[in-house]
Amino acid sequence: MAKAGHKSGGSGKKALKRKAATEEPQEAAVAEDGATESGVQPPKAAAFPPGFSISEIKNKQRRHLMFTRWKQQQRKVRGGGGSGRTHARFSFRAGVGGWWCCVVVLHMRGHPYLGSRAAVNNPEKLAAKKKLKKEREALGDKAPPKPVPKTIDNQRVYDETIVDPNDEEVAYDEATDEFASYFNRQTSPKILITTSDRPHGRTVRLCEQLSTVIPNSHVYYRRGLALKKIIPQCISRDFTDLIVINEDRKTPNGLILSHLPNGPTAHFKMSSVRLRKEIKRRGKDPTEHIPEIILNNFTTRLGHSIGRMFASLFPHNPQFIGRQVATFHNQRDYIFFRFHRYIFKSEKKVGIQELGPRFTLKLRSLQKGTFDSKYGEYEWVHKPREMDTSRRKFHL
Amino acid sequence: MAAAGARWNHVWVGTETGILKGVNLQRKQAANFTATGQPRREEAVSALCWGAGGETQILVGCADRTVRHFSIEEGRFQGQRHCPGGEGTFRGLAQVDGTLITCVDSGILRVWHDNDKEASSDPLLELRVGPGVCRMRQDPAHPHVVATGGKENALKVWDLQGSEEPVFRAKNVRNDWLDLRVPIWDQDIQFLPESQKLVTCTGYHQVRVYDPASPQRRPVLEATYGEYPLTAMTLTPGGNSVIVGNTHGQLAEIDLRQGRLLGCLKGLAGSVRGLQCHPSKPLLASCGLDRILRVHRIRNPRGLEHKVYLKSQLNCLLLSGRDNWEDEPQEPQEPKKVPPEDTETDELWASLEAAAKRRLPDLEQTQGVLQTKRRKKKRPGSTSP
Repeated sequence: MAKAGHKSGGSGKKALKRKAATEEPQEAAVAEDGATESGVQPPKAAAFPPGFSISEIKNKQRRHLMFTRWKQQQRKVRGGGGSGRTHARFSFRAGVGGWWCCVVVLHMRGHPYLGSRAAVNNPEKLAAKKKLKKEREALGDKAPPKPVPKTIDNQRVYDETIVDPNDEEVAYDEATDEFASYFNRQTSPKILITTSDRPHGRTVRLCEQLSTVIPNSHVYYRRGLALKKIIPQCISRDFTDLIVINEDRKTPNGLILSHLPNGPTAHFKMSSVRLRKEIKRRGKDPTEHIPEIILNNFTTRLGHSIGRMFASLFPHNPQFIGRQVATFHNQRDYIFFRFHRYIFKSEKKVGIQELGPRFTLKLRSLQKGTFDSKYGEYEWVHKPREMDTSRRKFHL
Repeated sequence: MAAAGARWNHVWVGTETGILKGVNLQRKQAANFTATGQPRREEAVSALCWGAGGETQILVGCADRTVRHFSIEEGRFQGQRHCPGGEGTFRGLAQVDGTLITCVDSGILRVWHDNDKEASSDPLLELRVGPGVCRMRQDPAHPHVVATGGKENALKVWDLQGSEEPVFRAKNVRNDWLDLRVPIWDQDIQFLPESQKLVTCTGYHQVRVYDPASPQRRPVLEATYGEYPLTAMTLTPGGNSVIVGNTHGQLAEIDLRQGRLLGCLKGLAGSVRGLQCHPSKPLLASCGLDRILRVHRIRNPRGLEHKVYLKSQLNCLLLSGRDNWEDEPQEPQEPKKVPPEDTETDELWASLEAAAKRRLPDLEQTQGVLQTKRRKKKRPGSTSP
C-alpha cells in the first residue's frame, strides 16, 4: 500500500513524523467534520468549550452519541493521517523498509500494547497537561494547591440525617435504645449462627469460619425450624443475637441479623463471599483472642443504628495481644467485612495479614422488633425505584 | 422564643423519646417541648388530641399513663393527670365537655373529670371494651360517641351517655374460600362525616366500611391494598376517599364509593405511625419510624411539599386545621420591635430575646448549608420551664 510504503521510507524519525503527520490531518479532519456536520447536524464539536470532555455529559443517550461520533472522527483521522494500524501491521511490503517496516509499525503510537492511547486520542489535552505540569514545577513552592478530583464520595448529596456528635437528642435516643444494655456493659454478647434450611458446603463452611471470627458464637443446624419458634428459645437461653445466613443455589446470598430479646432485625444482601482458602496471601487461622472492631463511615442516623448493631456482636474488651481486628467499612451503602491480623513493624509501619472470611453486605431493611417480616414494623426499607434515583445519594 | 412562636406551628408531633415537637412549615423550624426539660423514654407520647377551646391546647398521652396538658399560647406544659387502670399504653384520647376519655391497650375505657387540681380522682365512667385495643376514636360530629377496635376485637361503637352496651357491634365477614375464619385486626378507625358510617383499616391489609344505619352488621364495602399491615388512616377533604399507610411506608388513596385505589404517595421509608389531612386544603401530614415528617399535596399535582427530619421516632401527629397557613404579620423577627405588653409577658419576651440572639448565628451558618430543596432547621432544644 502506498501509505505503508511511505512510512517505511522514513524509518528513523518515524515517530515524530507520524505524530506531526497525524496531528495535522486530525485537525483537518476535525475541521472537515465540523464543516460537514454543520450542514447535517448542529455543530456540537465546534461548540465545545476548551477543556470540555465528552465524559462530562450527564445524559447517557447523548453521551453515547457524542462518543460514537468522536470515535468515527478518530477513525477518520487515523485513516487519513497515519495509516490504519490493521493494514500496516500485516503488510510486509518489500521495498526500502522490508521486514522491519512491521517492527516500526508496532512502535507506532496508538498501538494498543506499545503506545499511549492518550497521545493519539487526545493530543491537545496531553499538551495542556504537560504545560500545566511545567508551570507547577516552575513555580515550585508557590504553586497553587492541586485541585481535588471529583469523586462520587466527594459529590455526595447533603444528607440531613447525618449525626452531629454534639446532638443531645440523638445522643439520648442512642443511649436508651435497644442496644443500651450492651453499651452499658450489662450484657455480653452470645450469638447464634444458623442458615436457611438444608445448606450446602460453602454456607456451612462460612458459618464455621464466622464462628471463629465472632467470639462466643455457636453454630446450629437449622433443621427446618421456623425463626419465630427459634427466637423465644434463644431468648430463654440468653442469646443476644441471631445470625441467619440465607443460601441460594449453593452460595450464601443473604444475612439476617436480629438482636434479641426485642431488638431490631436487619436484613442484608450478601455478595462477594470469599472463604479462607480462597483468600490469597492469607495468614494462619485466627486465634481465640477477642478482636478489635473498626466501624468506618457510618455517618447517618440509620448508619449509626447499623453500626451499633455490628458493634454489639463483639465483646467489649478486645485482647490486644491477639492483634486481630474485624473491620466493617461502609462505602456508598455497601458494607465490606474484613478480618485481619496486624503487626507494627515500627512506629509508623504496619503489616497486615488477611485471615478469615470476607464478604460484602448491602442493607435491605431494618425492622423494629425481632424477626417478623409480614407483620413487623419497618424502620427503613430499601425501595430501589424511589431511593436509587440519584447516583450521589446514600443512606448509610 | 418558641413560647411566642408556638401558636404558629402547623404540625405537632409526638415522639418515642417523650418530646413534643412543634413544626412551623412556613418558617421551616421545629421546636422541642418537654414537660421535664429532658427527654425521657418513659414519657413516650402515644396519643395526641386537641384540648378544649379550639386549637389552643393539646392533650398529650404518655407511656407512663399520664395525660399532660400543653398550652400552645404559652408554649409549655401546664398540668398533668395520672390515669391509672388497665395495662398498656393509651390507644385513644379524647375530650368532651370538660371530661377526658382515655382507652388503654387492655380495653379499659375511662371518662375522667378534667380537673388537674385533683390528683387522681375516680373515673366518672368505666367501660370494658375487650382486650387488645388498637384504636379508640371519637366522632367529631357527636362527641359522646366513640368507636373502638383492635386485634381480635371487633369494631364497637359506644355512646357514653347511653347504656353500657355498645350501640353498634360489627360482625366478622363470612369464612373465606377455604372455610377458615377471617382474623380481625382493626388498626385504625374513622367516622365518615354527614353519615353514620365508619371506616376501618386492618392489619390484614383491608379497608372496610361499616354502616350502623343499615341492618347488616357486616362491612358494607371491603377493599384491600398491599401485602403489609395498614397502620394509619385519614379522611381526605371531600369525604369520598381515605388515605392509608402501611408498615412499609407505602401511602395509598382509596376511593370509598367504589373501593378502588386512586393513587399512591411516595417517599416514606419506614412504618407509617401517624397520618392526618387538612380539613380544607389538599395537604397530608405523615410521620413514621424513619424519623421524618412529610407533608404531601394530595392532588394537582400529587407530590411531596415539605420534609422535616426530626431526630426521634415519631409516634403521632396533629395537623392544625386553620386556614391561614401564612405567618401572622405581627410576629417579630427581633423581640425589641415588640412593645412590652404587660409585666407577665415581659419575662417571656426577655427569654425570647436571649434565645433569638442565640439563634441568629445558627441561622447564618445553616443558610449556607441549605440547598434548593426546603430543609428544616432545628432550633437549639427549646425546653419550657
